[in-house]
Amino acid sequence: MCGGVRDMDKNGIIQVQGLSKRFGDIQAVDRLDFSVKEGEIFGFLGPNGAGKTTTIRMLVGLLRPDSGSAFVNGHDVLKEPVRAKESVGVVPESSNLYGELSAMENLIYMGQLYGLPKKEWRGRSEELLREFNLLDRQDGKFQGFSRGMKRRLTIAAALVHRPRILFLDEPTTGLDVMSARGLRGVVKKLKEKGVTVFLTTHLIQEAEDLCDRVAIIVKGKIRVTDTPEALKERVKETEVLEIRPKPVSQGLLSKMESLTGVEKAALVEDKLRLYGKSLHGSVCQILNQLNAEGVSILSIQTLTPTLEDAFVKLTGVDAEVMRVDKPVKMGGPG
Amino acid sequence: MGKNLKKAYYIARKDLKAYYLKPPLISWGLMLPIVFILAFYLKNPQGISEVSPGLVGMTMLFSTTSMAAIVISFEKRIDALERLLMAPIHLRTILFGKGLGAAAFGFVMGLFALVLMVFVFGLRISYPFSLFVSLILSCFAFAFLGILISVGVKEVFEAMTLSNFFRFPMIFLCGVFFPILSMPVALQVIGFCLPLTYSVDALRQSLLSHGGVLHRWVDILILAGFCVMLFEIALAIFRKRTQESN
Repeated sequence: MCGGVRDMDKNGIIQVQGLSKRFGDIQAVDRLDFSVKEGEIFGFLGPNGAGKTTTIRMLVGLLRPDSGSAFVNGHDVLKEPVRAKESVGVVPESSNLYGELSAMENLIYMGQLYGLPKKEWRGRSEELLREFNLLDRQDGKFQGFSRGMKRRLTIAAALVHRPRILFLDEPTTGLDVMSARGLRGVVKKLKEKGVTVFLTTHLIQEAEDLCDRVAIIVKGKIRVTDTPEALKERVKETEVLEIRPKPVSQGLLSKMESLTGVEKAALVEDKLRLYGKSLHGSVCQILNQLNAEGVSILSIQTLTPTLEDAFVKLTGVDAEVMRVDKPVKMGGPG
Repeated sequence: MGKNLKKAYYIARKDLKAYYLKPPLISWGLMLPIVFILAFYLKNPQGISEVSPGLVGMTMLFSTTSMAAIVISFEKRIDALERLLMAPIHLRTILFGKGLGAAAFGFVMGLFALVLMVFVFGLRISYPFSLFVSLILSCFAFAFLGILISVGVKEVFEAMTLSNFFRFPMIFLCGVFFPILSMPVALQVIGFCLPLTYSVDALRQSLLSHGGVLHRWVDILILAGFCVMLFEIALAIFRKRTQESN
């Protein structure tokens, strides 16, 4: 495993060992080893196509792994899939409840499927609708809800049977800023209630805000697993210089990386971010190079390394890649 | 077992509520037998009793296979079927629940065609119990055929096209319009491999008390065999396709 971190805790509520999955020529997931502690928010952070969703689908019994083992709440997902699923709530990337049913009907139906006692169907559904601010829309059909409301109801549906573990696949993809912030609040509250949360995200800031521990996954392999603080600590000795150049061009990156002291250059929105252990000694050289390229400097500042910087440094993947939002799957008729 | 049956019932009840009991589907379901019956009645008013078993069988075949195939392929398309696959339910229970909903819809439509025959055209029922059993088993066999069709397709329109590929030949090969024994031997062999043959044969004897090729309880037994076989094949393919491990 890259990064040399083997993350196995035998008491973990989720334990994964050597999990692999291949689709044709593509090794989607490559010998994953990790474990998730009870009560923590564990994040899978990586760009689109890194293998995050494939991993969740194997853990919730939707895909059979080619090799390896996975235990969820003590149950082998291959040998006892139904038992494993009983303690798990799943929020897939697309909000896929039933459009023809009302919010209340959807939750009651989930209660029925997950074996909730009949006397609790309505009460538990009302409790969740209240908690997710949807009680006044309990009779509204799911298909008429906004994207944020659909997402909230999909999370509520995954909690009907009071699962010990909640899987969240890209929970805020496609949501507006306010809805995304609201959802992050919901996830934090779940942790307070003792629910273990396993989430995937391609948003570095989301992982930093929410997760107790983060596993960075790229091309099906976990590069490193640690707390966001510890990950930042790893790049603490790295200096970060942020320059706002005009004009901005991709060509600047290779030119900057060719300079002594610059280990990595990345474009973050309209800013040029440079990483290196002794960048302070190269500032003049950098400014001269930019001047020679005919680039004006609108602003320049040094930064404290963030999780994003740690991600870029540890994976070599451009942070810009992570900002590309996945296309959101739209529901069909009905 | 009881827990699984309950969950299958909830799945069927949800499908009935979300898809089947919608005004357009109900009116389509009711129009189907009316059109079938009127078409044959206008051509030959005296012979309507003779074709009544075939008309009831066709009504059940069309309504049940359509619904099963459409609902499953539609839910596959919008990822809603994954909801069921993620829940702690055996795949066998999920498919049985889907079949149960479609069979219930087909049963009501078949019953409606039968009621029309009895009250409008004065058809008499000779063996009510075997009629009831053959109606139920026919609906399940057709529902599982619909599920089998839905397993192989991705889009709803593909489900419709593939359904017709099975249904239209069945109308001509299964004794709906003319006795199966009057067909060339090769076609008879094909006809005896199709569930509608046994459905129509059992219905004919249960309604008219004559004209059967096999004894009506033998037909019913074979229909039960079709139910098991179609369900198990659909389950095996579905399991392979979804890479389910239930």
